[in-house]
Amino acid sequence: MVGHLNKDNIHTLEFDALIVGGGGSGMRTSLELAKSGLKTAVVSKVFPTRSHTVSAQGGITCAIQSADPHDDWRWHMFDTVKGSDYIGDQDAIEYMCSEGPKAVFELEHMGLPFSRFENGRIYQRPFGGQSKDFGNGGQASRTCAAADRTGHALLHTLYQNNVKEGANFLNEWFAVDLVKNKFNEITGVIAFSIESGEVAYLKSRATVLATGGAGRIYASTTNALINTGDGLGMSLRAGFPAQDMEMWQFHPTGIHGAGSLVTEGCRGEGGYLINADGERFMERYAPNAKDLAGRDVVARSMVLEILEGRGCGPNKDHVLLKLDHLGEEILNAKLPGICELSKTFAGVDPVYKPIPVVPTCHYMMGGTPTNIHGQAFSSENEVDNEIPGLFSVGEAACVSVHGANRLGGNSLLDLVVFGRAAGLHINEDLKSGGGVEEANIDDIESALYRLNKLNESNSGFEVAEVKRELQEVMQNYFGVFRRGEFMEKGVQALVEIRDKCDNLHLHDKSDSFNTNRVEALELQNLLEVAEATAISSLKRNESRGAHARDDFPERDDENWLCHSLYDPINKDLKKRQVNFEPKTMEAFPPKVRAY
Amino acid sequence: MIEVNIYRFNPETDKFPYMQKFNFEMPDRDIMVLELLNSLKESDPTISYRRSCREGVCGSDGMSINGKNGLACITPVSEVIKGNKLELRPLPGLPVVRDLVVDMTEFYAQYEKIKPFLQSDTPPPNQERLQSPSDRDKLDGLYECILCACCSTSCPSFWWNPDKFVGPAALLQAYRFIADTRDTRTEERLESLSDPFSVYRCHGIMNCVSVCPKGLNPNKAIGEIKSMLLTNKRHEAEIIASDGGGRS
Repeated sequence: MVGHLNKDNIHTLEFDALIVGGGGSGMRTSLELAKSGLKTAVVSKVFPTRSHTVSAQGGITCAIQSADPHDDWRWHMFDTVKGSDYIGDQDAIEYMCSEGPKAVFELEHMGLPFSRFENGRIYQRPFGGQSKDFGNGGQASRTCAAADRTGHALLHTLYQNNVKEGANFLNEWFAVDLVKNKFNEITGVIAFSIESGEVAYLKSRATVLATGGAGRIYASTTNALINTGDGLGMSLRAGFPAQDMEMWQFHPTGIHGAGSLVTEGCRGEGGYLINADGERFMERYAPNAKDLAGRDVVARSMVLEILEGRGCGPNKDHVLLKLDHLGEEILNAKLPGICELSKTFAGVDPVYKPIPVVPTCHYMMGGTPTNIHGQAFSSENEVDNEIPGLFSVGEAACVSVHGANRLGGNSLLDLVVFGRAAGLHINEDLKSGGGVEEANIDDIESALYRLNKLNESNSGFEVAEVKRELQEVMQNYFGVFRRGEFMEKGVQALVEIRDKCDNLHLHDKSDSFNTNRVEALELQNLLEVAEATAISSLKRNESRGAHARDDFPERDDENWLCHSLYDPINKDLKKRQVNFEPKTMEAFPPKVRAY
Repeated sequence: MIEVNIYRFNPETDKFPYMQKFNFEMPDRDIMVLELLNSLKESDPTISYRRSCREGVCGSDGMSINGKNGLACITPVSEVIKGNKLELRPLPGLPVVRDLVVDMTEFYAQYEKIKPFLQSDTPPPNQERLQSPSDRDKLDGLYECILCACCSTSCPSFWWNPDKFVGPAALLQAYRFIADTRDTRTEERLESLSDPFSVYRCHGIMNCVSVCPKGLNPNKAIGEIKSMLLTNKRHEAEIIASDGGGRS
């Protein structure tokens, strides 16, 4: 990367389709395209099986009628709409829940080692927010599992099948920015090989952002260190909107201190939360579903217990997840990974002692707005305009099936259903002549701006310090409970942090596996996501799903039964209609959300 | 204060690798080796290593920690420190890209060679393929591999023949598909391993078992493969013998 980079001193590699991100959604998309004969590549900053999908534990929720032969995808749809606090798009949720069984059976045929019932069918366990008969038939068991390592099994299975189909990977390549031409079309990305430092314009007729979440905007998160919202950072910098960015899921059970995830499957298998008095407190907050209420409900209840002085430990700053009553045999068979994690990170063997847990940032419900084909769009005067060449899938996208609160097990389903849908659509579109116009020299050079500036920095702010500052602001002002006056402070603090992010000092200018450069670029992506989160949170004046405001404690359907659309150019929030028009049935109207 | 020695090599500036010494103030609690590395990287951002999940499931941060391969993110400093010293080196036996980062091309090539995907000659049903819980249990201890390469890079046979000996990690996966009742290509899989190198270069040194951060046992899987190969050979020999008898 010696000297100022421009179109003439970097390579151009051409593709029909480019997928940025090698996690579950990206690899499901690429699998579809690898079979199509189109020239495609997956650009992943890590070897694909290191992607964060690998950490998913409990399972993939889907009405495959195994645990219950009478199960119905419409019940799953009802649960998902209710879980979303009614701002999930019902056409997208309908598509996910009805296409789901096909997608899960496909994974099984690919070799995913699902756990089994005695009759040989896929094992399903109860998860939070699940019901039979549209909420009237009690708890359902709808989450298909491979012990408590479902994400690992799914990610490896997808990688294996990509190998089988001869998919093309650019592993340990980092995508820096989108290349946008004068027609506002996306023509590919600027990226570099982390191993060699080689920079290239990866030109493509379709670019899919499958870059996952950005939990690292918070100081405490279940997310991998690589979850820095790179795709969303790129699309926000390119001036495209992000939807529902105030909606961040705090998982009830992150290991206290370490942040590692403890699956909801623990409570599905019969575990429950207790406070310092040994009380099973969820019985008070959610008399019916108890510990299997929506994640937002459980997380808030835990924080209230702690705030009211019933937290555990010397600092009364966490609660306990009790599992010992399940017995060693069940724990080893159904939750072996949790036993391992708990011993490593909490120093506790759940066979004998409860695990200290605390709500921890887990999932980004918001993201790049897309339709069910993964096509990204911007919005003007309440009209959605597709962005030619740009697609997004998985956690990076907001399609929106999760609305204001995602149900456990729905993210793995989202990955495979919409990864597949995007692949099918792109294949069809490109084969019927779809594509984009060329980008010119200036377009390419503006996408190189950030990299050049960083490479040419001789002084400035330290990456590690600025990152910590950003994470603390987000943790303190945009956590489980939010309040306007505090969020104002947070937004102000981010203005200063943006200035620092624009002036980072890159100490290491070398080309070979330069992680200093990668971390600096990641921090700038975190900032974009953090700012979108902060401003969206401040402006949604109500409490809904994961967005809980002390100063606006009620849900306000009159004004806010809508998506929020963050505009990064004016740093402003617009409203966008929620879809209430599923294709095959009546929409579920908003109701009071009780568990 | 502990002494941490880290293997450093940047191909652009260093003719030879060297060990760099850092003094590190341990916090008042035990920490994982990865957390220690992250702290050191804050003061020296040029230290390079891979990391992702930081909880032992992604397999990025395999390295040699005081002489034994392990994952930095789930290895507590207290468990490995010797005489107040900690030495961190890249996984042995693979080319070093930089510092603690190794080139894993050969390791992945062996993985691809065993065809790490389910192959079935029966058309898939409309639902899932059925598998009894006891048949599914046969995959436990096999499918959990995270491809961290701690085992293969601790294996002297892999050091000698990384291109011809498949190595413990990929052999564990070869057996994962052989053991899967849904896979119908067992014979073909065994056949592809029957040369003198692919599996027979394992001499039961067992380093793979002692370093696996997930507690898996590649040696046992290799033993299963060897005994299946032998049974096949015996079977073949019997067929040849009986054929020969018929003809004479």
